[in-house]
Amino acid sequence: MEKDKKGYSRRDFLKTSGIATGAVIGGGLIGGLVGYNVKREGKTTAPEGGNKEGVPVQRQGGLKFFMSANEFNVISQATERIFPKDDLGPGAIELGVPFFIDNQLAGHYGSNAREYMQGPFYEGAPTQGYQSSLNRGEIFRQGIARLDEEAKKRFEKPFTELEGKQMDEILTAFQKDEVSMNGVTAEFFFKLLRMATLEGVYADPIYGGNTNMDAWRMKGFPGHHASYLQDIEKDTYLELEPKSVSEMGP
Amino acid sequence: MAKQLDKVDVVTVGMGWTGGIIAAECAKAGLKVKGLERGRDRGTSDYQVIHDELRYAIRYELMQDLSKETITFRNDRKMRALPMRQMGSFLLGEGLGGAGTHWNGMTYRFLPYDFQIKTETEKKYGKNKLSSDYLLKDWGITYDELEPYFDTFEKTIGLSGEDKNPFAGKRSSDYPTPPMKKTPILKMFEKAVSNLGYHPFMVPSANLSETYKNPDGEQLNACQYCGFCERFGCEYGAKSSPETTVIPTALKTGNLDIQFHANAVEIMKNGNKVTGVKYIDTQTREEFIQPADVVVLTSYVLNNAKLLMVSDIGEMYDPDTGKGTLGKNYCYQIEPGTSGFFKDKMNVFMGAGALGMTIDDFNGDNFDHADLDFIHGASISLTQSGNRPILTNPIAPDVPVWGEAFKKASIEGYPRNLFVFGQGASMPHKENFMSLDPVYKDAYGVPLLQLTYNFTQQDINLHQYIGDRTEEIMKEMGAETVVAGSPITDYDIVPYQSTHNTGGTIMGDDPADSVVNPYLQHWDADNLFAVSAGSFSHNSGYNPTGTLGALAYRCAEGIIKYSKQGGSLV
Ligand SMILES: Cc1cc2nc3c(=O)[nH]c(=O)nc-3n(C[C@H](O)[C@H](O)[C@H](O)COP(=O)(O)OP(=O)(O)OC[C@H]3O[C@@H](n4cnc5c(N)ncnc54)[C@H](O)[C@@H]3O)c2cc1C
Ligand code: SF4
Repeated sequence: MEKDKKGYSRRDFLKTSGIATGAVIGGGLIGGLVGYNVKREGKTTAPEGGNKEGVPVQRQGGLKFFMSANEFNVISQATERIFPKDDLGPGAIELGVPFFIDNQLAGHYGSNAREYMQGPFYEGAPTQGYQSSLNRGEIFRQGIARLDEEAKKRFEKPFTELEGKQMDEILTAFQKDEVSMNGVTAEFFFKLLRMATLEGVYADPIYGGNTNMDAWRMKGFPGHHASYLQDIEKDTYLELEPKSVSEMGP
Repeated sequence: MAKQLDKVDVVTVGMGWTGGIIAAECAKAGLKVKGLERGRDRGTSDYQVIHDELRYAIRYELMQDLSKETITFRNDRKMRALPMRQMGSFLLGEGLGGAGTHWNGMTYRFLPYDFQIKTETEKKYGKNKLSSDYLLKDWGITYDELEPYFDTFEKTIGLSGEDKNPFAGKRSSDYPTPPMKKTPILKMFEKAVSNLGYHPFMVPSANLSETYKNPDGEQLNACQYCGFCERFGCEYGAKSSPETTVIPTALKTGNLDIQFHANAVEIMKNGNKVTGVKYIDTQTREEFIQPADVVVLTSYVLNNAKLLMVSDIGEMYDPDTGKGTLGKNYCYQIEPGTSGFFKDKMNVFMGAGALGMTIDDFNGDNFDHADLDFIHGASISLTQSGNRPILTNPIAPDVPVWGEAFKKASIEGYPRNLFVFGQGASMPHKENFMSLDPVYKDAYGVPLLQLTYNFTQQDINLHQYIGDRTEEIMKEMGAETVVAGSPITDYDIVPYQSTHNTGGTIMGDDPADSVVNPYLQHWDADNLFAVSAGSFSHNSGYNPTGTLGALAYRCAEGIIKYSKQGGSLV
């Protein structure tokens, strides 16, 4: 396995990010400790060409959708397993993904405001897509509770206290639809969770994830640049300092 | 009671590409036009914070609000049709400009062969090349008849291209602007397909290679290759869109009045004429009737068919008897392709919606089908439209889709991955059609349109053949790892494929076998026109809007003639 090759485990992650095993410190939030303590400058005053230091938007911590520290910590750990910190760079937690998801679930994404949610509801074939009567907020809330239940069932521990491998086992069970959920399949919840994680990793930092645009740096995506007219025919690979869309608008 | 408004000469339902073209031509000719658009007003000044993948490419900010209206879908008649609750397979437009705001801008002309596909196929391969379940049909118009209108549309949008495709129909004039820049990535494709003996050309692009003033006096700017193009509006006014071309042209005449937040729900009729359109103001929920001498449906393929169905105009297609025409010949497209991973990093984040190169060597009847178990083909392209990080996570098939291995592979793959793909033609089949859903309704109480669609054996065979060609090209390009696409099975409405829906209100020269005549004039009401790719009786191996634009210009000419002399145009 990838992980063993590099000899990198969740314990190492917790060590390098300054958090003791046990995940929850004084009832606090892992994402809060990691994500939000990373560089908190306000709107960038950087010169043209970008700013490696500052997150170009003012960010305030605090939850808008999740209600308990446990909900938040479960989602933090689950997203970190999906997009872990490694030698390439930060993982989901450090990138602020849990806060990103919290923000999204509190908005029209969470309530499926721009989607057709009228009944009657039937299961449908896979080719017919989303047919649940639950909105994404409800699916995440239930899914998180199920992750925790599954952890207790399999390992007699809350999800957040599991070893990385044990978390992976549970997430895989969801991915393979081996866990039952109400009104939606575990597989569907897993797909949502995976996609939301990637969105939080790579969306513009104005949404609360992709802290410091570090995910873009890892991937070599420079974010918003006004023009590539002068570069489009170049043979060389360009490493550009990323810029946020916040530099486009007011 | 619906409030009656003052009568106008022409009312259009929808202000996208087709509504914009009809409005501009009619308004220039002095006709008073009312444009009904269910969405909002918008233009270049609204696209100034547009470089945001999440908001525009994933949350579909510029597109249709499905909470108000969607369609239902099933693969076949035995299945229960269920609502398309989220967008996926295709992305519907809404608001000024329609899908023309956030299109890529690849603007092709269908092949001369397409317009006479039945005649040509029978002539060359006999009557039984495809089984009688395939409802192949000539369009009632030839490429040569349509050529002047292709020319007009291309000049209106300032199309950037090069006349290097040996398989294309004859052009009366060269492209209005030169092709876009040929990037190192495109050169890799060009070299590979040239080595294989094929004939590459730059994709005709409505992202303009240079500044351009169109014949109506509209100014378009030069594309900056910003990489946020398809699914986005252009902040530079460099992508030809209805709201940067035909709509301002129409407004300048003083003869176009656009009513926003106006959702059409019914076409009013009296005997064999239509009298106007009923719409609901989506902000106040008040009902209005807009009387007009001519009604033009320009509300995209799906709603054009739906409005005719709910207004009970024309005979519904019945797949059991083959009778009726409304809803018939719904077609789509197939997307065979091969992904390749290269050694060196490339600037995949730069690009433009229609920046690419194509070959037509395997499109239409440009190659011999005598020993093949399908007809038609696909354009095969490599495009560089700007790969954005949320939706671009290329990994080899043996890599897990999450976790550390995924992270590493997708980050490594991102700048090293290219994709060669075909846009495969789609042939009409008796079991693929549109009807009205008996259960589900939109926010205004009107039934949803129902889609019954699946890929057919023709699609599966064509997909395999074109897929193999894309794999050969990718190998020739020198990819270290070549990942061929998997064969198609059932049509799935979830993953994005293309917004190239066609059919349902097909055109032709025989009322028994078409909904509209070759001027897109309805057979049953001569003051009603239905303009959309719904008039295509099959779908070709290209994007549709070039051909649609040409048909819309020809239709506008017909409407102007009709408004002077009345009667059938054919
Ligand atoms: C992401 C994307 C990329 C594309 N790229 C290409 C490309 O590269 N090349 C190409 O050829 N094509 C492309 N297309 C397709 C192209 O956008 C369409 O072919 C074209 O816009 C169709 O024009 P239209 O006028 O028929 O419909 P639209 O442009 O969709 O306009 C229809 C309008 O009608 C309005 N409307 C609908 N129903 C009602 C109602 N009941 N009452 C009032 N108003 C209503 C809608 O709000 C909309 O504004 C792309 C599409 C998408 C989504
Ligand atoms: S790629 Fe070109 S045409 Fe497209 S949005 Fe950017 S500048 Fe406009």
